[in-house]
Amino acid sequence: MFYQKLLYRTMGDRSVIVELGNQISPEINRRVRQFAIALMEDPTEGLVEIIPTYRSLLIIYDPLKISVATLQHRVEDLHRKIEGIQIPEPKTVEIPVVYGGEYGPDLEWVARYHKTSSEQVIQLHAGTTYQVYMIGFTPGHPYIAELPKALITPRRETPRTNVPRGSVAIAMNQTVIYPVESPGGLHILGRTPLKLFNPIQSPPTLLEMGDRVRFFPIKEGEFKQWPRQIPLK
Amino acid sequence: MATADTFEVVAPGPLTSVQDRGRFGYGRYGVAPSGALDSFSFRVANLLVGNSENEACLEITLSGLRLKALTEVAIAVTGADLQAHSNDKPLDMWTSHILERGNILSFRGVKSGCRSYLAIGGGISLPKVMGSKSTNLSSKFGGLDGRPLQKGDILSSTSPHLHLNTERKSFPQAWIPPHAKERHLRVILGPQDDQFTEKGKKTFLGSPYQVSPDSDRTGVRLTGTMIERRPEVSESIISEGVISGTIQVPGDGQPIIILVETVTGGYRKIATVITADLPLLGQVKPGDTVTFKQVSLDDAYEALREMEGRIKGFKEGISTLP
Repeated sequence: MFYQKLLYRTMGDRSVIVELGNQISPEINRRVRQFAIALMEDPTEGLVEIIPTYRSLLIIYDPLKISVATLQHRVEDLHRKIEGIQIPEPKTVEIPVVYGGEYGPDLEWVARYHKTSSEQVIQLHAGTTYQVYMIGFTPGHPYIAELPKALITPRRETPRTNVPRGSVAIAMNQTVIYPVESPGGLHILGRTPLKLFNPIQSPPTLLEMGDRVRFFPIKEGEFKQWPRQIPLK
Repeated sequence: MATADTFEVVAPGPLTSVQDRGRFGYGRYGVAPSGALDSFSFRVANLLVGNSENEACLEITLSGLRLKALTEVAIAVTGADLQAHSNDKPLDMWTSHILERGNILSFRGVKSGCRSYLAIGGGISLPKVMGSKSTNLSSKFGGLDGRPLQKGDILSSTSPHLHLNTERKSFPQAWIPPHAKERHLRVILGPQDDQFTEKGKKTFLGSPYQVSPDSDRTGVRLTGTMIERRPEVSESIISEGVISGTIQVPGDGQPIIILVETVTGGYRKIATVITADLPLLGQVKPGDTVTFKQVSLDDAYEALREMEGRIKGFKEGISTLP
């Protein structure tokens, strides 16, 4: 599962991608998070930004302050100590979703594809605890996995040019939520009234890498009244 | 420090937005850096009017912006030549000028390049969002409420009168990057060059590509000879972080150079434009031709040091090439 040695992929003269493995798995993703914490806390001069994703980290550096060789040494040093890195306890976020109808235009198609009912698809989608593997694509856009096997579905043949904000969609073994209106090639099962990105909050996103997520169905009539922010506990 | 209104927007042009150096440190939340695409011209514009080099400027795309000066104010225009005029007089670029109250500053249309930078003595007074005044146009935050400039907008600046002594300061002619219609961009191969065929890599490095009309601040879309990937690899990869200048090749084999409005992607990337050539990349426009030349990391660092040397030399008042 893990590569024997870290794989370095040079991306230009000021960044490198460090790959830990070649699959989407909770173990690899956990180690990516540990590695990201170690790198972000490291005081080495010239480290500009770390962007952790499914199975790799993008390290952006200032080449006028640190050489590639020094950077690689530092990365190897930190990687050797990675097992000791404590990850903060993940929070669990419950996401209300209006499934089907105009909010979830692909629900019936997905049910037909799996030769089952819309109710069964909702039960499966809402009956699972997921993990946020990464945030990317647009601000606050979570990549959430893994769908129950009975819901694994190929992408839409033709992507939509405008997926409404808040849409909850699935493809392959993943489910996502669109924080802003954007194009998208996944099947839309429903929509959440929650705001996933707020630029003036810290952190600016509802979900962070490593969080756990559960969806729960709400009625169409509740959508407009539902508070957009989750109250702080 | 006193803030004063400096400009009123009479006409915004097709796309004028507030940009500074960019928004860094929020990539893990999916937040793109945004920022001035031609960072060299942007930094010099600020230095010409006595601002810090990261102060927010206006990034003006192609043409059409008209501003009315609301007070006496120092300005400088750098980057693409969009035929800047003060009232009806052409304005020298890469030079600071003092506009009088009531002057009309206009940009009459592109002669070369794509984006001009207007620095205002005292900057643009706006709150920073996540450490930056840059406008994120797709997620609609930063700058002026996350949108391009509109007719009637008022820009204000911090103590603009303190910058009036910068008049007729100019950047050495020999240090200004030229804007040709055919652009040679230097690249480092990778991160996934191993997943293209030898023929694919030769095509990429040996063929001219045309800049397509649906290019924007997210990416420069190119059309030309298809770049072949290895038959055993799939069209996409597991999504990972991206950086401006990296060149992704989707299934149709037509390259897209990523700019500053995206942080992750799931396509293979054959090569990445070197940092010293990003300012040139920010000046390509639809219809231009782009070619790629492979260089080593050492070449890239030498080019970067040379570019930084010009900025440093200018700051220190040196007027010959470092």
